[in-house]
Amino acid sequence: MSDVADRVRKIVVEHLGVEEDKVVEGASFIDDLGADSLDTVELVMAFEEEFGIEIPDDAAETIQSFGDAVKFIKEAS
Amino acid sequence: MSSNLMQGKRGLIMGLANDKSIAWGIAKALSEAGAELAFSYQGEALKKRVGPLAEKLGSDMVLPCDVSDATSIDALFDGIKEQWDNIDFVVHAIGFSDKNELRGRYVDTSADNFRMTMDISVYSFTAVMQRAEKMMNAGGSAITLTYYGAERIMPHYNVMGVAKAALEASVRYLAEDLGKDGIRVNAISAGPIKTLAASGIGDFRYILKWNEYNSPLRKNVSIDEVGGSALYLLSDLSAGVTGETHHVDAGYHVVGMKAVDAPDMSPNKD
Repeated sequence: MSDVADRVRKIVVEHLGVEEDKVVEGASFIDDLGADSLDTVELVMAFEEEFGIEIPDDAAETIQSFGDAVKFIKEAS
Repeated sequence: MSSNLMQGKRGLIMGLANDKSIAWGIAKALSEAGAELAFSYQGEALKKRVGPLAEKLGSDMVLPCDVSDATSIDALFDGIKEQWDNIDFVVHAIGFSDKNELRGRYVDTSADNFRMTMDISVYSFTAVMQRAEKMMNAGGSAITLTYYGAERIMPHYNVMGVAKAALEASVRYLAEDLGKDGIRVNAISAGPIKTLAASGIGDFRYILKWNEYNSPLRKNVSIDEVGGSALYLLSDLSAGVTGETHHVDAGYHVVGMKAVDAPDMSPNKD
């Protein structure tokens, strides 16, 4: 498991208050992890802060799952 | 920053979203100084965020309010009156616009979004003060939040800049009307802060960096720094101040051009 995935998982677990083992590759923030629309914005802001990157709006909209987030951050950083 | 400046004072905070909110910086400063707080929220998504934050500051007064609906504002104040006979302060930290119009050209603003932005971001403060004045003590104080984009062109701020200019003008007229009853009305013009609301503004990271490099203090302001200034404006320390737009922006509003030590930057590269 890569460092990026671990750091993303930690943020998701803390922010959404879900069990660590629920945060798998294909886990959708909204459908599987109980996020609302504000959570998805807050998560993106937390990723930006953690990794020191900028996630533009159009990219943010494509980040729907844990796997999407890890993939985007790996490519951006 | 603990003091008794707000001991015995009670008031309403509108527009808290999460622990990045400017309203949270203000609420913490007021609470630490002894104030009792009530909070309003709009919709379930915000209720579940505001509730736990209010609890952290010892408040269980968390009431719904949709500022675009007059009966909802009435209901908010009725709800406050059930527990408190009067209030000493109001914090208005509310604004909204279609984020698709917070990029591109101002001239392309739609009529519907213009009206909605003005209603939520400007008129709501006046509507709230109509109700608040009736239960406010002499020595009462209200603040709203504005931004330098009201005075000067800022990238992407567009219709929100026009709304903030109207909000600042309404602060002056409210100061006149309510001043006769000893109620003060001011605005804080905060520098850019990465909040949930700011996430709707294009190139926000660039705007933050520009301010950091070019403000006299060479930094961005924090929600706690805005909280400190709000504490001053809502306490009796500022008893002689009303109608003012107070800049809490690391001094950025007095700058004329790019600082010589600021690096060249563009929105697309850091």
